[in-house]
Amino acid sequence: MNIKKEKNLRRAFFFIALSTLSVLAIITLFIFFEGIPLINKVGVFKFLFGMKWAPSQGLYGIFPMIIGTLSVTLGAALIGVPVALCVSIFLTEFAPKQIRMFMRSTIQLLAGIPSVVYGFWGLTFIVPFIRDYLGGPGLSILAGSLILAIMILPTIISISEVSLLALPGLYKQGSLALGATHWQTIWRVLIPAAKSGIMAAIILGIGRAIGETMAVIMVLGNAVALPNSILDPARTLTTNIGIEMGYASGDHQQALFATGIVLLVMIMILNSAAQYIVRKK
Amino acid sequence: MESVLKISNLNLFYNNVQALYNIDMDIKMNHVTAFIGPSGCGKSTLLRCLNRMNDLIENCRIEGSIQLDGAEIYDKNQDVVSLRTRVGMVFQKPNPFPKTIYENVAYGLRCQGINDKKILDEVVEKSLRKAALWEEVKDRLGQNALRLSGGQQQRLCIARAIAMEPEVILMDEPTSALDPIATAKIEELIQDLKAEYTIVIVTHSMQQAARISDETAFFLMGELIEMNTTKKLFQLPNDKRTEDYITGRFG
Ligand SMILES: Nc1ncnc2c1ncn2[C@@H]1O[C@H](COP(=O)(O)OP(=O)(O)OP(=O)(O)O)[C@@H](O)[C@H]1O
Ligand SMILES: [Mg+2]
Repeated sequence: MNIKKEKNLRRAFFFIALSTLSVLAIITLFIFFEGIPLINKVGVFKFLFGMKWAPSQGLYGIFPMIIGTLSVTLGAALIGVPVALCVSIFLTEFAPKQIRMFMRSTIQLLAGIPSVVYGFWGLTFIVPFIRDYLGGPGLSILAGSLILAIMILPTIISISEVSLLALPGLYKQGSLALGATHWQTIWRVLIPAAKSGIMAAIILGIGRAIGETMAVIMVLGNAVALPNSILDPARTLTTNIGIEMGYASGDHQQALFATGIVLLVMIMILNSAAQYIVRKK
Repeated sequence: MESVLKISNLNLFYNNVQALYNIDMDIKMNHVTAFIGPSGCGKSTLLRCLNRMNDLIENCRIEGSIQLDGAEIYDKNQDVVSLRTRVGMVFQKPNPFPKTIYENVAYGLRCQGINDKKILDEVVEKSLRKAALWEEVKDRLGQNALRLSGGQQQRLCIARAIAMEPEVILMDEPTSALDPIATAKIEELIQDLKAEYTIVIVTHSMQQAARISDETAFFLMGELIEMNTTKKLFQLPNDKRTEDYITGRFG
């Protein structure tokens, strides 16, 4: 009786797992089926490196958006990664227990805020600030980078904190016993030893930044042109889909799916890089 | 015989629970001093006082005095970093850093700001030779130290400590994680090292203490029961409790 029950239960779980997987597979296949024909029609090179995106004229070049995605993401990484690393080092090496607990729950809270709230906040504070003090329209790569930098903090902080905490205490003791200072121990032993975990944290954070849509739509300005400076507006691959999907049809709609393929490939590359780094350890 | 470390009236508390009681002890230069005693009697605790590794433990309070060459190591003006370059430590579990063999040995010097390749090369070779590891690793100094065997790793940790030219080397059960052959190598090494260094070693093996140490201190429940030359302590202990312990009647 019990054995039979367990067997059925196992079957049920297997079925659920399988159906989740197949839903994912179906979505992926669908995106490819929709997008590939258009890429073929336009030509891979012209699609990826075309400078002009004008669906009404049948022009589908996403290069400005690739640049948009790359520059906003790079900006977010440049701002967010150092901050996140400092915080995780502070949490693991310096913070008294109570502060550590408090900050940890704050960071978890940060991860739970919906992205539209981040975007709204950026629009009301960061965008006017940039416009007033740095110039330009305010809606800009800088604004997008700042918002994304904040949004990727929880991911990077928590994963690198875990990998720092996982280090054997004997590394630290061994280093201190050789007359190294606390800082030397952190820089020369702890961080290098936790390197692969920290790299994975950074890559996953960047993946999150690439995929983010809502907050970016709200602060990036969404102009389809190659930006000249970080104060210029831009459009990313995700926001391209987010903005136009409401009214796109035919080739235009397929072009949005094709944009999705490019995104998917980027994220897949990043995730496998993260996995490779973690496994290499 | 000159003493390097002079411990007087040392009391130590963890969270107000006393772990060491009125320890008085002299550690003699170029001698091997062994700490023996049952588990939990405070051997590691006392050892960690000697290079102030107990500073890392929260709520650890120390009273009394420890002098290194006549200078109080718990003095407010004592620089802990320079103390630890003078009193090195080897841990129970080999703990090389996940770096190359070369960088493990050069680590302490680099932390002192010494980056001259010629000096480092020289010190690395000299230290590895003294730790009897040079012949085994000289062709693969660039290899990750974690790929060495446990015994080799422990000798690397000894080399790493030697590279700092310390006066004293503290060893907390350095062979307890090793097989008999690796243990024999380390014991032989300790014999060679005492010509240049003062060594304090914690061990659970009475045979090991008898084989390698000149002086032995027996601890029981946080108290130093008896300290004497090893020969004397094992052949003719003054205290009944020492005798009971070394004859295996308790502990
Ligand atoms: N970090 C700590 N916090 C609180 N109590 C501690 C701490 N470290 C050791 N103690 C206590 O101090 C006493 C002495 O411990 P210590 O580790 O010095 O013993 P030991 O003689 O080295 O034992 P062993 O032979 O098992 O290594 C023990 O009662 C132990 O529980
Ligand atoms: Mg111990």
